[in-house]
Amino acid sequence: MTLSSTARSACLAAALGAVSTLGLAAAALPGFAQSAPAAGAVSIDNFTFTPQTLTVRAGTTVTWTNKDDIPHGIAATGNGFTRSKALDTDDSYSFTFTTPGTYKYFCYIHPHMVGTIVVEAATGSNATP
Amino acid sequence: MSESDRDDGVSRRRVLECMTWAGTGVLWTISGGVPHALGIMGEAQAQQAAQQTKSLTFLQLSDSHVGFDKPANPNALGTLEEAVAKVNALPQKPAFAIHTGDISHLSLESQFDDADRVISQTRLDVHYVPGEHDFLDPDQKFYRERYGRGSKGAGWYSFDANGVHFVGLVNVVDLKAGGLGNLGNDQLEWLQDDVKHLSASTPIVLFAHIPLWTVYPDWGWGTQDGAQALSYLKRFGSVTVLNGHIHQVMQKVEGNVTFHTARSTAFPQPAPDTAPSPGPMKVPDDQLRTMLGITDVTFKQNEQRLAIIDSPLKT
Repeated sequence: MTLSSTARSACLAAALGAVSTLGLAAAALPGFAQSAPAAGAVSIDNFTFTPQTLTVRAGTTVTWTNKDDIPHGIAATGNGFTRSKALDTDDSYSFTFTTPGTYKYFCYIHPHMVGTIVVEAATGSNATP
Repeated sequence: MSESDRDDGVSRRRVLECMTWAGTGVLWTISGGVPHALGIMGEAQAQQAAQQTKSLTFLQLSDSHVGFDKPANPNALGTLEEAVAKVNALPQKPAFAIHTGDISHLSLESQFDDADRVISQTRLDVHYVPGEHDFLDPDQKFYRERYGRGSKGAGWYSFDANGVHFVGLVNVVDLKAGGLGNLGNDQLEWLQDDVKHLSASTPIVLFAHIPLWTVYPDWGWGTQDGAQALSYLKRFGSVTVLNGHIHQVMQKVEGNVTFHTARSTAFPQPAPDTAPSPGPMKVPDDQLRTMLGITDVTFKQNEQRLAIIDSPLKT
């Protein structure tokens, strides 16, 4: 009983995994099929967001990592996404973008630092890397 | 404010070369209206200046960044303690102090506690304005709870001492994408009202964290609506603007206004355009204390000059 229950759980997990993998594959253009679950990275170095503009597909989790010796903070221009807490050296902040659009943001501690996240429809024909 | 400031790069650079790497404290002497920097002085000169003035001397501390522990200075609390020791050794005890912000590095309660514990050893009444590092707690309340009593808005206020009108401004909240420091309309209106009843001969000292003049916009070193604030002060014979934020001494005189930035007690930052970014500057250990310091300012009645002495922790 116990065994079979465990086995069922394992099957279920595998099935779920398969479904979500399929979902991803279906959503992605062929070129994206090999890439990891949607993730994007922005590095903060020398008071600069790199890349300055990051283009991702809807559903992508973007992670900012502060590599400076001074804290930075991420805030959308307007209310496009949730503001981060202050990120000390090596701290990260992640946000999952589900809605296509252009999200401009800046460092709320050093507002001359600006960047853009472009979120494209997950199944759109205009999705480009 | 912007173009003329930006075009005088040569003189500004020369000022930087002359002043930035030299001293540690700024002695401000207010005499009559036009603040004047006596320049970097040794302690003997400072003593002499203090004796000559016999009037209001006050101290400026800035950018303590308590909690900072990166390579540029692994012990910012330690250098703040050294700065306080330097204050306590001044030949003339200042009447009070101003702190031009970035008391803490990350707005943690423990960092404010440590800063308060050390700065209180000066036994001076300290008038604070916040830096952007003092508003990093999620509710942005620690600064206001500790230092904002009796202030307006995000923490602005004014007071009078020895006939000098002091105004503490806040230019580190509600910052806009791509922009510089920001005072905002509420504060500007308050400032206009605050000074309108004063006689034109009243010496004015404005202090705020980010420079009110445009030092270097590429690094955000300036205040978007700083020129608007200064426009309310045109009729005054003596206006002195004291700032921090850029962790180096810089001075400019423009008409009736003297602008001055103080050193940090925590870590130096590079001169404009001399590094890829304004981040903390790592210097050889034996040079660090020559680039940190305190400032004192003396106001002398019936004279037009403020004497400013920047004193490094170590010469």
